Amino acid sequence: MMSHVGRRRLTNRAVMALATGAAGLGLAMLLWILTDVAMRGATALSWSFFTALPAPPGMEGGGLANAIVGTVLMTGLAAAIATPMGLACGTYLAEVGRGLIATAVRLVNDILVSAPSIVVGVFVYLLLVKTTGHFSGYAGAVSLAILMVPVVTRTTEEMLRLVPVALREAALAIGCPQWRMTVQILFRAARSGLTTGILLAIARVAGETAPLLFTALNSPYWVRSLSEPTANLTVTLFNYAMSPYDDWRFLAWGAALLITGAVLTTSIAARLALRGGERR
Amino acid sequence: MTAAPPAALAAPGSRSPRRRRRGDPLFRGLTRAAAAALLGLVVTMVVLLLIAARPSIDAFGWRFLVTASWNPVTEQFGAVTPIVGTLLSTAIALAAALPVALGIALFLEEICPGPLRTPFSMAIELLAAIPSIVYGMWGLFVLAPLMADHVQPALQATLGRLPLLSHLFAGPPMGIGMLTAGLVLGLMVLPFIASVSGDVLAMVPRQLKESAYGMGATPWEVVRDVMLPYGRKGLFAAVVLGLGRAIGETMAITFVIGNAHRLSASLFAPGNSIASTLANEFTEADGDLYLAALIELGLILFVITFLILGAAQLWLRRMAQPEAGR
Repeated sequence: MMSHVGRRRLTNRAVMALATGAAGLGLAMLLWILTDVAMRGATALSWSFFTALPAPPGMEGGGLANAIVGTVLMTGLAAAIATPMGLACGTYLAEVGRGLIATAVRLVNDILVSAPSIVVGVFVYLLLVKTTGHFSGYAGAVSLAILMVPVVTRTTEEMLRLVPVALREAALAIGCPQWRMTVQILFRAARSGLTTGILLAIARVAGETAPLLFTALNSPYWVRSLSEPTANLTVTLFNYAMSPYDDWRFLAWGAALLITGAVLTTSIAARLALRGGERR
Repeated sequence: MTAAPPAALAAPGSRSPRRRRRGDPLFRGLTRAAAAALLGLVVTMVVLLLIAARPSIDAFGWRFLVTASWNPVTEQFGAVTPIVGTLLSTAIALAAALPVALGIALFLEEICPGPLRTPFSMAIELLAAIPSIVYGMWGLFVLAPLMADHVQPALQATLGRLPLLSHLFAGPPMGIGMLTAGLVLGLMVLPFIASVSGDVLAMVPRQLKESAYGMGATPWEVVRDVMLPYGRKGLFAAVVLGLGRAIGETMAITFVIGNAHRLSASLFAPGNSIASTLANEFTEADGDLYLAALIELGLILFVITFLILGAAQLWLRRMAQPEAGR
């Protein structure tokens, strides 16, 4: 018969082996996805992928230049809307708001963080597409912005709360007005954290598809104005991957690689920004 | 923060403190306006969805929640199939992801050699950032054929032989269906749950762990009796966050769930979820009642997400109270 200690050691070893196995399995699956995307996507990336318009099915070549431009424009506009809005809401929660109203705003922000992105798409469809009568890049940007704001708000509040109270007291004691204290001292002290929050929010929406399906729709043409249906990478990827044409599926892998690469690069940049801030 | 300094200390130069503070009401007003806009946004969202879903709510009432027919031609709509599909795919996802995610967290905190820890946790966090559409596409082109050719026949040959389980694995192995959708979804939330639970386990105070080790506990006993109880609130939050993510997820599912309005006992059969139904049918819906029914589905998804997260918050708060007295 095995001794008590022996049995405990054995259990321990079994569990630790299981955990290592789980870690190996998880990492292997995820690396599998990444290598698949990288290998299949790399063959699709060519000069024309970045410069040409989509070709009709059956025709050789063609690219997704219009979709790349559209995605960059809409994500940029979304960031331009959501950054000031999120910073202001976060500042309200950390510095200005008190009591019941602040609690309500925080609760609403939590709801919005977890709101399914496709429901946000439906909402913006009702708000901006149905009322104007056509799909538009602006509607796409607004729905991305709605997904960004709560993320920026949350990180802004958290980061501002990390700034020591003594810093605020010192600024106020020498007669600094509150707005100047917030903008020039708190924002500066929390700069790396705020940057990280904004970059992570951008990374989150840059790969979003669901909110664009009913707002920006898609288009095979160049982006002339954001007031029309606007080409974008993710919806193109969805349509192409679901299509029966091999050429289009081929391009879809290229789009997948491009989106994944861009999102991962932004995430890494966000983390480096935070680290750089910590070292200083 | 609102305490005003004495005027004598605060007025260098000619400008009076009052003049210098003139910007403050404006500053506070601006942040208040932004916060009010956020409140207004969510209220508008709920109201607008309710108004737009009104035709369907009026036409079907509570029956919408208990009927399974979905027929655009006769305009008979019921939400049972997508609701069941949403809950089932989420349940499969969590069942598959949770043990692996906890294993990863445990490995990260207790087994992983020091120098590898940062790159490993960084890798997990980066994988959580991969867009869901990429998971969906990979599921369709790589995982689904694999399921059809190898996994599903193997399941049918083993578990499918058991009397009670045979219904779950009935039907032709097509690769696409509820099981594959749940697995892709699980893969998607895996890094997310793993990285949050890793953070939770890392917050267990060193002294607590060391005193347990000092009494001769094995690493597993430290995990079971010290770390898991200490971090259970955080772990619960991690699971709920993963759940919230999985339940509203659209793209990872739409590719592989099969998109059929049919309830089936078999996990191999194609089905749909609320999000995938919206993604597939919203732009093609003709007829006001059809559109309203889809919007009501969206509203239901919103409410389910909100209820789950709200219940979790409430539960966490109730857990927190007895602990304060310890």
